[in-house]
Amino acid sequence: MLRLFVKTLKTGVVTERFRKPKQSELEQLGIEVKRHIDKYFSGSLAIREVDAGSCNGCELEIHALNNPFYDVERFGIHFVASPRHADVLLVTGPVSRHMQTALLRTYEATPNPKWVIAAGDCAACGGEFGVSYASCGAVANVIPVDVVIPGCPPSPEMLIKGLLGMMR
Amino acid sequence: MSHRESNWRAEFLAELKKQHIQVEVSALATMPLWQIPAKHWRSAAELAQGLSARWVSGWAEQHSGQYELNTLFAVRGDFLLLRTSVPESNTELPSQATVYPAANRSERHAQDMFGIHFLDHPDNRPWLRHKAWKKHQYPLRKDFPLSGDPEPVTAPDMDYQFVKGRGAGVYEIPVGPVHAGIIEPGHFRFQAVGETVLNLEERLGYVHKGIEKTAEGRTPEQLARLAGRISGDSTVAHSWAACRAMEQAAGIAISPHAAFIRGILNERERIANHMGDIGAICNDVGFAFAQMQFTRLRELWLRSNRQFFAHRLLMDCIVPGGVSCSLTDEARATMRQELKALRKELDEILPALDLNSSLEDRLLTAGWLSEKTAAAFSAVGYVGRASGQDLDARRDAPCLPYERLNFEVIVESQGDVASRLWVRVREIFASIKLLRQMLEQLPAGVIQTPWQTPAADSEGIGIIEGWRGEIVTFVRFDDNNQIARFYPRDPSVVNWPLLEKIVLNNSVPDFPVCNKSLNGSYSGHDL
Repeated sequence: MLRLFVKTLKTGVVTERFRKPKQSELEQLGIEVKRHIDKYFSGSLAIREVDAGSCNGCELEIHALNNPFYDVERFGIHFVASPRHADVLLVTGPVSRHMQTALLRTYEATPNPKWVIAAGDCAACGGEFGVSYASCGAVANVIPVDVVIPGCPPSPEMLIKGLLGMMR
Repeated sequence: MSHRESNWRAEFLAELKKQHIQVEVSALATMPLWQIPAKHWRSAAELAQGLSARWVSGWAEQHSGQYELNTLFAVRGDFLLLRTSVPESNTELPSQATVYPAANRSERHAQDMFGIHFLDHPDNRPWLRHKAWKKHQYPLRKDFPLSGDPEPVTAPDMDYQFVKGRGAGVYEIPVGPVHAGIIEPGHFRFQAVGETVLNLEERLGYVHKGIEKTAEGRTPEQLARLAGRISGDSTVAHSWAACRAMEQAAGIAISPHAAFIRGILNERERIANHMGDIGAICNDVGFAFAQMQFTRLRELWLRSNRQFFAHRLLMDCIVPGGVSCSLTDEARATMRQELKALRKELDEILPALDLNSSLEDRLLTAGWLSEKTAAAFSAVGYVGRASGQDLDARRDAPCLPYERLNFEVIVESQGDVASRLWVRVREIFASIKLLRQMLEQLPAGVIQTPWQTPAADSEGIGIIEGWRGEIVTFVRFDDNNQIARFYPRDPSVVNWPLLEKIVLNNSVPDFPVCNKSLNGSYSGHDL
């Protein structure tokens, strides 16, 4: 137990500072924010992550948001277990046709007002997989999308900027 | 290597001849290829099993006017590709799944995608087939267009016949495809009594996005990009396996320099994933200290990846003919320092895990996989190695750089969640040693060998030990430098069925940690 505390104290706080990005910075990063939602959600964002066909690369970077460097909970951003508790659906992957109904039902299960973020190149435009017998391509082909964060996969910095850009 | 191992193929051939099975012997670049008549498909598997051969992979292909079926067997590093063909007009042949349980889902894959009819198959329910293509359509047949003719909204698959549990107090828990955490989609159906799991059935295929079909007609560069996105956590290993298969088909030898860089990338990927998962396994039993420390180390590691190779997950670093990046002397020095620092950190953190009794309480004996079951289901990677399966493609099917390096294959026989965790801890140390050797010995040379158009119809099999286990990738070219068939066998394909075994008699709340200790890839499995 002593070792545990010693290591914890020795590690210290590694969390990094992030300021909220300006509109121009978001544009520069290619992050597309269609609507301002600060009125509804300032200070808190409950996110339901939905992998709709991703290769798991985006999930790895979304996981990283919870590591001590980024620690998104301090901004009031937290990942929830059910769409019923969510303000935002964070959707990754080209939407596989086998996940299409599941995604639609998840969207329906999310109470209004709700927003959808398409994270990663596949979610933005279909990426390497495009539209085929098995893939619907971009998330916007299945449900309405409000914010697009590109990247293959988007880095945690890009994801944070996109999320903070939404909260303004 | 024992006498028996080196001679198993000769014994197999003799046995086949004794049974009057006609064998047409030829060879691929790295292994013999034997063609036998379809009616002997199962008896050949029985003979292979009699010689303790491991079922490695199985796939089908529509080629020169017929369907070809392939099974790859191995005893240690001695691989053998067995092939048969059936005419397009009559796609029946005996199933091997009654002999090798690992062949079960693989044959259902061929059934759903090609319309191959396996006789006496123990379980011929659809597997990858949900509702995205119609009853008599088979997406991997050449006459099926990539676009298909899907409905505007694909209906959910409500017809799958799950196994039912009956009796007083038996209840069912359906989970997924959308899970509670940040993980990939899949469906799990539990039958439980009280807290105890009586039975678990997996239903996968939700992230099937047509990778095999999309690959057809691609150039080698495009295939390498696609292979890097089969499973995002194994981007290095999958693109290496695909490139190796293509290079074999084209008869290209990459430079030792490029091979060493590939090795460095592969070991860096292994360490990154092992660190992330060790933290996550501890987190699944509520030990946040380990989660915070290991996600911190992983983040530092990924930042170095970006510094050295311009990508946190190392995507697109491996290209046909070599690699797209190299290491400066300065970067090599920095990486050596980083390895030293990582070792020191681990030496401080690991005793806190080892001496933690509550962690021990949750992980020891949980999710036990016997050596017998692991062998029967052809388990690979750390799942196999924690249950006594002494397999590692880096040693058994070596290529540069591994054939010039010294390393220990970590094997344990305890077979529980704790053992799978500690095998991975020890593999991190083994990988650090490998990285040191590669940085030390990195030969000079070009990063890329020029591509040569492969002969029409040429084929190759790339075998690479990724962090999850052995990846086996089959590639065939057409007559125009384009891909005619691509089948990557992710280690998850053979390891997923074992999750159904290891959770039996565990409590339902232990399922997440059992699942994480195995950590199959949904995307790598569903393709």
